Amino acid sequence: MDASVTTLYAALVGNPNCGKTALFNQLTGSRQKVANYAGVTVERKEGRLVTPGGHPVRLLDLPGAYSLQATSPDEDVTRAVCLGEHSSEPRPQLLICVADATNLRLHLRFVLEIRQLGVPMILVLNMMDEAERRGMTIDIKGLAHELGVPVIPAISVRTGGAARVLEALDAPLPAPPPPLPEGADAHVEVRRILAAFVSSEDLREATLADRLDHWFLHPVIGPLILLIVLFVMFQTVFSWAQPIMDSLESGVAHLGVLVGSLLPDSMLRSLLVDGVIAGAGTVIVYLPQILILFLWILALEESGYLPRAAFLLDRIMAAAGLSGRSFIPLLSSFACAIPGIMAARTIQNPRDRLVTILVAPLMTCSARLPVYTLLIGAFIPQRTVLGVLGLQGLVLFGLYAVAILSGLIVARVMTRGTASAEHPLLLELPAYRVPSLRNLAMGLWQRATIFLSRVGTIIVTLNVLLWALSSFPAPPAGTTGAAIDWSLAGRIGHWMQPVFAPIGFNWQICVSLIPGLAAREVAVSALATVYALGATGDDAAGQLTPLLSAQWSLATALSLLAWYVYAPQCLSTLAVIRRETNSWKFVAGTATYLFALAYGAAFVTYHVARLLGGG
Amino acid sequence: MYLNTLPRGETAIIDRVEPQGVSDPIMKRLVELGFVSGEPVQVIAIGPMGGNPIAVRIGSTRFALRREEAARVHLRGAS
Repeated sequence: MDASVTTLYAALVGNPNCGKTALFNQLTGSRQKVANYAGVTVERKEGRLVTPGGHPVRLLDLPGAYSLQATSPDEDVTRAVCLGEHSSEPRPQLLICVADATNLRLHLRFVLEIRQLGVPMILVLNMMDEAERRGMTIDIKGLAHELGVPVIPAISVRTGGAARVLEALDAPLPAPPPPLPEGADAHVEVRRILAAFVSSEDLREATLADRLDHWFLHPVIGPLILLIVLFVMFQTVFSWAQPIMDSLESGVAHLGVLVGSLLPDSMLRSLLVDGVIAGAGTVIVYLPQILILFLWILALEESGYLPRAAFLLDRIMAAAGLSGRSFIPLLSSFACAIPGIMAARTIQNPRDRLVTILVAPLMTCSARLPVYTLLIGAFIPQRTVLGVLGLQGLVLFGLYAVAILSGLIVARVMTRGTASAEHPLLLELPAYRVPSLRNLAMGLWQRATIFLSRVGTIIVTLNVLLWALSSFPAPPAGTTGAAIDWSLAGRIGHWMQPVFAPIGFNWQICVSLIPGLAAREVAVSALATVYALGATGDDAAGQLTPLLSAQWSLATALSLLAWYVYAPQCLSTLAVIRRETNSWKFVAGTATYLFALAYGAAFVTYHVARLLGGG
Repeated sequence: MYLNTLPRGETAIIDRVEPQGVSDPIMKRLVELGFVSGEPVQVIAIGPMGGNPIAVRIGSTRFALRREEAARVHLRGAS
């Protein structure tokens, strides 16, 4: 066969934090496809490239691994593909093993393990600039001769830093490397090779990492810095995103009006305007917030700070039966549970990952805020407590605190008894790096497209379904009152009422809960619809406030607040749980436990409030 | 002496990593990460709550690990 026309199938393999993904981005540019490996939610990245000599290459970016003795689903994929045992992936013709030149003591052991496989391979020594900066010299030729594989220096964070890797792909496939003699100890080999070909770096001088770690991991200063980082992060997620979200919101509203004016008054118009456009709108409006959040997480991840945060918070998470690794997904869930649940992929322990996904909906997402604001504004007096604290702010803080505490307790209960096998923290604290704009942009782009294409389609579908429930059957001609009252959703609301009477909900609340399933904040405009205000959005809240405080008891309002702390009032979240766990069982379980908690909390709140005179 | 009792800032040489139980995946992983006989290890930080977990450095690689995990690493030069 003519080698110039057949596509080479190669895979990048290496330790976590070896700069593998940056190299992958350099080599393939935007020609990447991101999906999952069959049956597991391990991210599969494949890209295409053409070498300078015109050879097409399909390149797979395998998940980072410390060893072929896999301890996580990620490592298991890498093991199976490298060994040619994966059910749906062919064995690569060439393994491109990537190692951090400044961390060879750790990375070379895995290189030797890969070398034992007897597959053609090349070794890419990444981050050569940093190695030189530290005064290390590496005998590349000697190392290549010793290992029996081509060794190529690279600087994956610099444009053109992967040029020599591309050239190497033009060369004919190297012969499979010779295996180590039987019974050789890899660690002894690593030490021997390092002594022979690598001048050891000067460790006497405190490195940047030492100095930064002194403060970032400090028992007192460290948590303070973390608090500041989190505070700034949340500030930007909420304040930077707000103007963009506002303009998107009005843009979506304008589009709805425009489409509405172009079409005659018909079911089709209602479907397009109230179902599709409004549904897609709820997704798109949250996109700026989600993107800013993702940008933060990517930047903190790339900079090497995230594992430090996990180190600082491990004890709190351990009290809930989890580990520091669960911190980021739960943190993200405060903006929106959807990216939070997606971020749980970074947790290696399957039990921790599952529990994190299941408690993520308890973290107070930003969609609850419009509901909280409406109810607090209508029912909690603007009083100051202890001279300085606003009562309304205190109630809001209390709602957040109760949610966090509940999340920790639920996690504790879920992990109880299952912790028979010790699950370790054992987390590498990688070198600090300035995040590269290119990697941030590509990461952001990939996450945004995943969010829009997969999650978005589910959300729009559900919105159309809820639109149908709220629109059919239409009220008979000449009737007054809310149209939703005649619809299936309205009828379901009335049927639900006896069930919700013990927690103080009237039928209007029950009806608004149904469209509120699409997205929590929709409940506000749904309430406006039920009370036949004919207003939508921000407007609705303004008109609703006096109406609600006149019609509802304080006990009912507090009960609804308690309900919203827990209730899985978001079908999109449940859809993502289905996608990430591959199981309807966990979706049903999550919905059941959250509804049970919501009902219980609302019941207690309602009756305690009535006893105290709030009825 | 084991790594879980090494004070912050101190360096010691690893003697061996001992398994807990018959098959100990954590011990295997520690060895794969470079916790092997003869390597110097330094405690660079201790956690803010109760001093757990700890952060250690081997060569230029840093790891965060819980004291329970560190208790498998036996250090040289002490009983």
